Amino acid sequence: MGSLRSLSVSQQVGLLFVVLFGLLTIVSIVAYTRSLREREPQLQERFDRFLHDLRAVWLGSVLFWVSWASGTFISTLLFGVLSFVALREFVTLTQTRRGDHRSLLLAFFVVLPVQYLIVGTQHFDLFSVFIPVYVFLAIPVVSAFGNDPQRFLERTAKIQWGVMVCVYGMSHAPALLLLDLPRYEDRGAFMVLYLVVVVAAAQIAQEAASRWLRRRPVARAISRSFSWRAWWIGALTAAIVGAALYWATPFKPIPALVMGFIAGGSGSFGEFVMRALKKDAGVRSWGGKASVTGAVGLLDRVAPLCFAAPVFFHSVRWYFGF
Amino acid sequence: MKLPEVAGLCLAFIARLITGAQGHWYGSPPKAEQRIYFANHQSHFDWVLIWAALPGDLRAVTRPIAARDYWTSSPLKHWITREIFNAVYVSRQRTDDEDPLEPLMEALRHGDSLVIFPEGTRGHQADPATFKAGLFHLAEAFPEVQLIPAWIDNVQRVMPKGEVVPVPILCSVTFGAPIQLQPGEDKRAFLERARHAVIALRDVA
Repeated sequence: MGSLRSLSVSQQVGLLFVVLFGLLTIVSIVAYTRSLREREPQLQERFDRFLHDLRAVWLGSVLFWVSWASGTFISTLLFGVLSFVALREFVTLTQTRRGDHRSLLLAFFVVLPVQYLIVGTQHFDLFSVFIPVYVFLAIPVVSAFGNDPQRFLERTAKIQWGVMVCVYGMSHAPALLLLDLPRYEDRGAFMVLYLVVVVAAAQIAQEAASRWLRRRPVARAISRSFSWRAWWIGALTAAIVGAALYWATPFKPIPALVMGFIAGGSGSFGEFVMRALKKDAGVRSWGGKASVTGAVGLLDRVAPLCFAAPVFFHSVRWYFGF
Repeated sequence: MKLPEVAGLCLAFIARLITGAQGHWYGSPPKAEQRIYFANHQSHFDWVLIWAALPGDLRAVTRPIAARDYWTSSPLKHWITREIFNAVYVSRQRTDDEDPLEPLMEALRHGDSLVIFPEGTRGHQADPATFKAGLFHLAEAFPEVQLIPAWIDNVQRVMPKGEVVPVPILCSVTFGAPIQLQPGEDKRAFLERARHAVIALRDVA
């Protein structure tokens, strides 16, 4: 690892992308050769889902590469667009009324751009409080002007929740890119990658564990697969993966382990909460085949990240005593 | 590329950004045949949505109907409807010597496809209102033109009446199988059948 540290920052990041795209290419080639074979319908469905996920990973990696290669402005913009699309999907599947029109406009066309502007200009103190404080108070005010008292609290809460997850949560990813840590300048891309890898590891491990263990679910009405033991396995896997990646981060091995645990665990909780939300909205996945609206199911994929990113971001800041 | 084409592409992009403008085709593939699309009408945004949901090369030959007095009242409105959408203008004032459907017939004779909203006005109920007779007369005069029902979903949430700025919410347009005027079919029966063809698409999607 010593020879890796001696490389320059851009060489390190370049190497990272070579490894990432190399792995993806190998997996894709294997998947393609496998796809020529015939198989049982049930297995075929699982395989199709795997291919779907693989495409999503490709898209994510390419976006990630573009955002790193094109500098902070474009990357912030890209995450902003992602936020926009996720929020659009969220709003589509929640019930809103005529009176909410103005507050939705506020959320989409004022809150979202301003939040990303604050990220881009690195005002991290304002960034942390803008949505939880100012927007939290502004949205009910605008909604009240909509002159519709029916289910007022519920509607306002839904909009606030959507903004919180899709805008506030997501905006912490570009914030990680821009965070200037001591002796770790211009290497935010590694932090984002660390977060994504750790969260993904927790998801995969939890999914595999719940299938393999078949424990009694904690909340059957919400998720058939979520059990405490599976959650622990997921979070601990994230911790181990995190510790193994410590050399790419500004942390020492033990803090890297703890950070991985925190990020992976909160990401899994995020996925669990998203399931509750989906059940509430009456859809199996955001989008999917049967969707009227043609949503692409982006929210599904970014939800764990939206939960993990703020927790991780603030843990990092505390750790370094900002 | 000329300015109207560029403006049209921009507009279609914005419509897709805001609503997704997903077109689902059940029973009629998107082909360059002469067609009359008829759909439920809930918002000013309806036409743009159908237009954006169509594949690019069908947009050029598919024309909306615009009220002459409103859409020619300012140069900008006139330019948008004439240059981008190639709209068919109809006058809302009835005069005795003029058939209000004449401009539509003219466009159909010319080989263009049309999009019409047979309710005549924007509805607020869950089901579309009863259809006006125009669709029947067009079907009678042009039996060879395909009549394609379309259901526009969710658009009333994008831009409720009285609002100017659209909220980004995903919408979809579902196109169904073509219907035909049966020989000797009564006007009311045909219009009711057409209306049910539109409503049926709500559950398909």
